[in-house]
Amino acid sequence: MPESNDKITVTVDGNEVRADPGELIIEVAERAGVFVPRFCYHPRMKPVGMCRMCLVEVSSPRGPSLQPACFVPVADGMEISTESQSVQKAQNGVLEYLLLNHPLDCPVCDKGGECPLQDQTLAYGPGESRQVEEKRHFAKPIPISTLVELDRERCIQCSRCTRFANEIAGEALIDFFGRGEDTEVAIFPGKPFDSYFAGNTVQICPVGALTATPYRFKARPWDLEQVESTCTLCSVGCRIAVQSSANEVVRHLGIDIESVNHSWLCDKGRFGYLAMRSETRILEPSLRENGELVEVSWTDALEKAAALISEAKLVHGPQAIGFIGGARLTNESAYAWTKVAKAVVATDNTDAQLGDGMPAELVLGLPRATISDACKAKKLIVIGEDLKEVAPVLFLRLRPLIEEGKIDLVEFSTHETSLSKLAKASIPLVPGEIGTRVRALIGFIKGTKDAGEGIGIDVQEIKNASQALGSLEDNSDLVVIFSNSSAIENTQDLQAGILALEESFKNAKFMPVLRRSNIFGALDMGLSPNLLPGRVTLSGAKEYYKKQWGSVPEKSGMSALEMLKAASESKLKVLVLLGCDPISDFPDSKLAKDALLKVDTVIFVDSLANSSLDYADIVLPASMDSEREGSFTNLEGRISRISKKVSALGSSWPDWAIASELADALGEDLGFGSLDDIAKEIARLAPAYQGLRSTLSLRSEVDEGILLPVTSTKVEIKRKQGDPMVHLGLISVEHQGAPLKSGASNEPGVYSDEKQKPEIGSTVSLISKSDIKSDINLEPETEASGAKSLRLVVTRRLFDRGTQIYNSPFFRELISEQEVRIHPETASSLGIDNGGKVSISGESKKVSGLVVLDNRVDQSGVVLTWNVSEEDVRLLASDSEKSAHWVEVEN
Amino acid sequence: MAHLSKELYEKCKSVVALYPEARSALIPLCHMAQGQEGWLTSEAIEDIAELTGVTPAEVRGTASFYDMLHLEPVGKYVVAMCTNIACMLNGSMELLDHAEEKLGISAGGTTSDGEFTLEESECLAGCDKAPCVQVNHRFFGPLDNKGFDQLLDDLKAGKLSDDVPSHGVLSRVDRRFPLALSPSEVAAERAEMENAKSQRDEKRKVSEGAN
Repeated sequence: MPESNDKITVTVDGNEVRADPGELIIEVAERAGVFVPRFCYHPRMKPVGMCRMCLVEVSSPRGPSLQPACFVPVADGMEISTESQSVQKAQNGVLEYLLLNHPLDCPVCDKGGECPLQDQTLAYGPGESRQVEEKRHFAKPIPISTLVELDRERCIQCSRCTRFANEIAGEALIDFFGRGEDTEVAIFPGKPFDSYFAGNTVQICPVGALTATPYRFKARPWDLEQVESTCTLCSVGCRIAVQSSANEVVRHLGIDIESVNHSWLCDKGRFGYLAMRSETRILEPSLRENGELVEVSWTDALEKAAALISEAKLVHGPQAIGFIGGARLTNESAYAWTKVAKAVVATDNTDAQLGDGMPAELVLGLPRATISDACKAKKLIVIGEDLKEVAPVLFLRLRPLIEEGKIDLVEFSTHETSLSKLAKASIPLVPGEIGTRVRALIGFIKGTKDAGEGIGIDVQEIKNASQALGSLEDNSDLVVIFSNSSAIENTQDLQAGILALEESFKNAKFMPVLRRSNIFGALDMGLSPNLLPGRVTLSGAKEYYKKQWGSVPEKSGMSALEMLKAASESKLKVLVLLGCDPISDFPDSKLAKDALLKVDTVIFVDSLANSSLDYADIVLPASMDSEREGSFTNLEGRISRISKKVSALGSSWPDWAIASELADALGEDLGFGSLDDIAKEIARLAPAYQGLRSTLSLRSEVDEGILLPVTSTKVEIKRKQGDPMVHLGLISVEHQGAPLKSGASNEPGVYSDEKQKPEIGSTVSLISKSDIKSDINLEPETEASGAKSLRLVVTRRLFDRGTQIYNSPFFRELISEQEVRIHPETASSLGIDNGGKVSISGESKKVSGLVVLDNRVDQSGVVLTWNVSEEDVRLLASDSEKSAHWVEVEN
Repeated sequence: MAHLSKELYEKCKSVVALYPEARSALIPLCHMAQGQEGWLTSEAIEDIAELTGVTPAEVRGTASFYDMLHLEPVGKYVVAMCTNIACMLNGSMELLDHAEEKLGISAGGTTSDGEFTLEESECLAGCDKAPCVQVNHRFFGPLDNKGFDQLLDDLKAGKLSDDVPSHGVLSRVDRRFPLALSPSEVAAERAEMENAKSQRDEKRKVSEGAN
């Protein structure tokens, strides 16, 4: 940190320390290497000075006095003592008081062994108590949500959980109830703590008052082993510690990473490991014989797969083979599969997105914002889905900043999102109108158009938005976060809107949000038509890769939609599903079913059974997270490590090994004897990844990951010293034996010396703005016909009936009912009441749901939720290539 | 168990409008809601949460802090008996014993006919009337056992209905609704205040800079 003139000097236990004005005593002391005991203070939340554990002696003109270190900022010349007699007396007293009602059930408490109350009582406590009276008693524990249980006897009222719920998550579903010695944390009767972020309160609880239901009595901290890894359940890529006991993953904890997750996780990520041992886990390779899947050896399965692929290639050409999926893969596995498809089979038919994503050129070509950029931005435009549903921790990082007024938010959304109430302006969207509305706003800012002229939106909202965004000239502090607003349309319209913004706000940065797992890694590794590894196009890098790989596809291939179409016309013969489920995940379910039925061979590579398994001819079991090594690229383009903690179940293999062995069976050697070979090849070949030593050698102190493309040899930010009160569980497990390491490598990820850096072999340019197709052909809208006069919007929820969620009993209860969101005026014109049951009819099917009136829904729209009930909303639409679908709503 | 009546809900809305932050109206709204049934029903709490933009858990948490706000049903008459020093010296403990015996309940309980709730209370600031008793927030005292029995009889007979409103009602005289000032005047006044504040801040900055 550069020395600034504004610094002040304070004395901590006799040592002089330089500090910034406004810094808290507790922070300054920590920097000076002095740990002040604390319970309520958490560096990622506002201080409250509630527990009094951090009392220190501070000099003042009136003599020394005891002050809470977490609440009092330092002043020039301040003398602080953390070990004086009066401080020790205060600490003894505070701990004696905290323990008045705290039960001595440490032997049966999940926190025992990693408990700050236990540890700090030992270190700072009086050693004995004068308490002879009965402690207070409550029923214990009581569930406050499906995932969290509350033991009120153990609570020391530090308010970490209630503050987290209110201040960070914005859902104050828990609060203190009562007063004085009757104080307890409580929910409102009948309204459980069903926050997506409830699990964080368990992690930050300094005692065993809040425990996670799935972890209760599963392990003791000193039995745990841990490794640092990355959550792969959405594209944010939160850093986690994977903890296991007896070769079984029992807990995920969030690690405090400045640039990504600030130690928070969503419950899907925190408890996602439960699927590893689900009954639907695929353990052995199998082949379909007489309609039944029969377990076979890996050799037989791979030989059969290779034979069918070779045959199809020989008879119908490489175009007859396609690969769909890949977002579940690590970067290295995605690279290996790309090489199998594009170099060995020589087809460009690969697509990691399932027809509901965005064109790779748009995702990779725009100037990308990081999460830190978004948090530091003064102005933010969010277009599309509710961020809480598709990128929960990104939402969690942004929400408090927007609430505090540090970021002015302009939102374009199809319904009321979790950020709507905080937005400066919220402009309603319906499919087919995104481009129009974005352009209307830009037009208004430019002064060339009257607000909302003729497009049926509230003029005031456009005015508010324009005021929040200011002029078009200075936009270096503007970030645009965008995602698909509805799941079943083409993305032409969204592209039109984004390109219009890009053109008008010249210095803005963009953050595309694709919801699937390592989708950004898959795109970076070339699992998309017309793409090759390292953010380059097939047309641009053909010669380069031909030299390296020996062969590349001659012409660009088909997208997932085109492949399924070709399959339904019997033009595609072999379909490889790389951890995906077109039957329940592709926007057009009829097409997906038809395609999987008609295609000759379906090779199914996945870890869990899903609806597409019924169509599989060859099943190859892949290992899951925590059973595999690799790297992950998140939505910022930040690469981080996925680490192995437990051995893979059954005979499952890591995906790269499956790819490599399949290539072998096809008679080609990918040259990958180990994962390291792939990691090094990516760093050597893939243009955007050059400058790395290997995708795996991320030194553990570079836990921030590395932002790609590598522009600097500097290590970004060093890990803060472990704080046992932030890294609850992490540090204590580390102290008890297993160090928190990410993988085996101790090499730095990037070359520290420019001279060591090998010459970049490629002169291939990365995908840029110029690769984005700007000649967007907005096809003429399908018109509303007769009674079908409302535009269908299908939004996503974090918890839906996806494989990993639906198979966990803890998550299943969190799946919401089918809601029908509709504007109050539209509802009253149709004679529909709030809460009533209605049916929606579209092309071929009816879907029913409960009405929710929402005045942020466009008057011409109706919003349903993807995959939350038995009834398939996709059947309301006819064709996912259209830009809008019309439906009818009736009582 | 009921939600706020439509009329009361509208009245609450106009109280919310008095504050720059909706949640500042939380406690006044709790008192108003309590005037409806004598205690805060779950439904009323949900209404207040909606009106003030907080969660029901926060409303319940706040209400639970105050003894004057009830989260359980109370009797038609809430009898609060002070047992602090002035009243105690004048025999309030004996009076409380008598009251418990007379009503057949212990302090904190409600009679089975739903007529009376008896509360032991901290100082009611009616020391001149010690031992002092509040019935639905109206003062009576000094009372001896006989006086207390008489009070109960009078309440039951409805003789005191002019003095004692139904439970939960703090005042039978409403403040003037709607606002005496129009919302635009309030907004103008607030803007003026903001302006003055920022000018003060500016001045302070300048003077600090000078130092």
